[in-house]
Amino acid sequence: MRWLFAGSAVLVSAVIFSIMLFVGIQGMQTFQGVSPLTFFFSTDWAPADGRFGAFPFLFSTFALTLLAIALSVPVAVSGAVFMAKIAPKWMREILRPATDLFVGIPSVVYGLIGLTVLVPYLAKLTGETGYGLLPAAVILAIMILPTILSISEDAIRSLPRSLEEASLALGATRWQTIWRVLLPAARPGILTGVILGMGRAIGETMAVFMVIGNAPQMPKSLLDSTTVLTTAIVKDMPNTFYGTTWNHALYLMALLLLLISMFLILVIRVVARRRELK
Amino acid sequence: MFHPMSKKAFSLAMVATLSLGVLAGCGSAGTQKETQPGGGAAPANDQLSGTVTASGSTALQPLVQQAAKEFMEKHPNVQIQVSGGGSGTGLKNVAEGTSDIGNSDVKAGDEFKDKNLKEHIVAIAPFALIVNKDVNVDNLTKQQAADILTGKITNWKEVGGKDQKIVVVTRPDSSGSRKLVKQIVLDGKDITKDAVVQESSGAMVTAVSTTAGAIGYVDTAYVKDGVKALKFDGVEYSKENIKNGKYKLYGEERMYTKGEPKGAVKAFLDYILSDEFQNKRVEELKFLPASLLKQ
Repeated sequence: MRWLFAGSAVLVSAVIFSIMLFVGIQGMQTFQGVSPLTFFFSTDWAPADGRFGAFPFLFSTFALTLLAIALSVPVAVSGAVFMAKIAPKWMREILRPATDLFVGIPSVVYGLIGLTVLVPYLAKLTGETGYGLLPAAVILAIMILPTILSISEDAIRSLPRSLEEASLALGATRWQTIWRVLLPAARPGILTGVILGMGRAIGETMAVFMVIGNAPQMPKSLLDSTTVLTTAIVKDMPNTFYGTTWNHALYLMALLLLLISMFLILVIRVVARRRELK
Repeated sequence: MFHPMSKKAFSLAMVATLSLGVLAGCGSAGTQKETQPGGGAAPANDQLSGTVTASGSTALQPLVQQAAKEFMEKHPNVQIQVSGGGSGTGLKNVAEGTSDIGNSDVKAGDEFKDKNLKEHIVAIAPFALIVNKDVNVDNLTKQQAADILTGKITNWKEVGGKDQKIVVVTRPDSSGSRKLVKQIVLDGKDITKDAVVQESSGAMVTAVSTTAGAIGYVDTAYVKDGVKALKFDGVEYSKENIKNGKYKLYGEERMYTKGEPKGAVKAFLDYILSDEFQNKRVEELKFLPASLLKQ
């Protein structure tokens, strides 16, 4: 019996490691056709002509993720505080399942709403085309909101009651207690939520594909068509042949995404361990 | 004692289910391999059996799907699977042997020269340049269209419209529609890098209908409310105008096989090219019969 479980565990790890190995080997072969310096720092992406500058994709991926986090975190954390400490019980019982429902909506639906509502609205508002980092970030912010919110709420609710009571006993107002005591104490939990949200934002593909415009260039503004790593892979994968530099370059982008999410998981581990020590 | 036991039993059940699933997956893949090469040795008439896979062009997909449905009713032992992915994917799949049939809007390029691909033209698909309905231009010459798509002209007033920015919407490189427009309108030049990219004909229409000043291209089966099909060089799209050679924007829809088709694959292609299907269904699905240009 034990061997069955051990065997399953070994099988799963073997599958994961072979995937990583495969993506890694495929990705590294990129450098036979193009120098790392060009790949990471050139902004000229014209693979049909043999020019592989992936810097715009990297830049836009980070810009988009940070922007989505910046839009999402204040709303999510305020919502978490409200649900955990301010809302009456009946309200919380409606709000909590409602936010959890958001997670189940397929991402293409978000993308379609973005394409048919948000993009035309932004276009009308600014006179630009309406495609770009901004609509993508707004959609991602909504998509990752429930993740950050529910984890933050759990973190705030799981704080010992004594903290709050001690603060109130010292004469602090409710607001001071929340701002100065509860939020700092729940910080590791909130951070975990933020990092998980970041992971989702970086990996999201279809919704972003529909609203970001997908021009392979550096964005000059928040409303300028650009491409991120995930959408660059989706856009070009059906068009490349196995074994070409172009194909390798796409694997390299996948490898970068893998490394980024592994790094984020590592950060969560560190944050969680620090919480245990407390 | 009871609780951990039931948990264990549950995990065990999960593992068992999963491994069953994996085994089943392997099993069916195995059988597919056996029957795939042209459906085996197909004997006389209704004894056809086997699996036929077709992938590629999303423009051609509705037609192949309809044909597959009718063909399977006639030959219940044949299983036909039709999927999309774009013309580039279809050509790649048939060249590598992952699909029996590769669907494409365009002729296979030079990279497929030594792959022994056999071409079957099954229909004519009219294409149209489409614009958002707020654009008050009805006609573009080939030169104007080319200048717009390459990014040389960026405002509608330069081609007789109102003062409005042009947003070019395009498809990814693997799209046959894109290759077709590149060949016919742009003489091989590339579409501007500033263009917004959408991943399917459906998404293209949605994007053009919701973006002010947008221009894109689709096969005419996709033209619907919210977008306007433009005249090309002063000629409106119609069956007559394609037949007499005035309307240049159309593609010959192709289905490629690796080498001569055999067995169920051949029977399926024969069915699509039969008078029964060509005369009745093809126009219902907003394509034109393959024989149109030969008459």
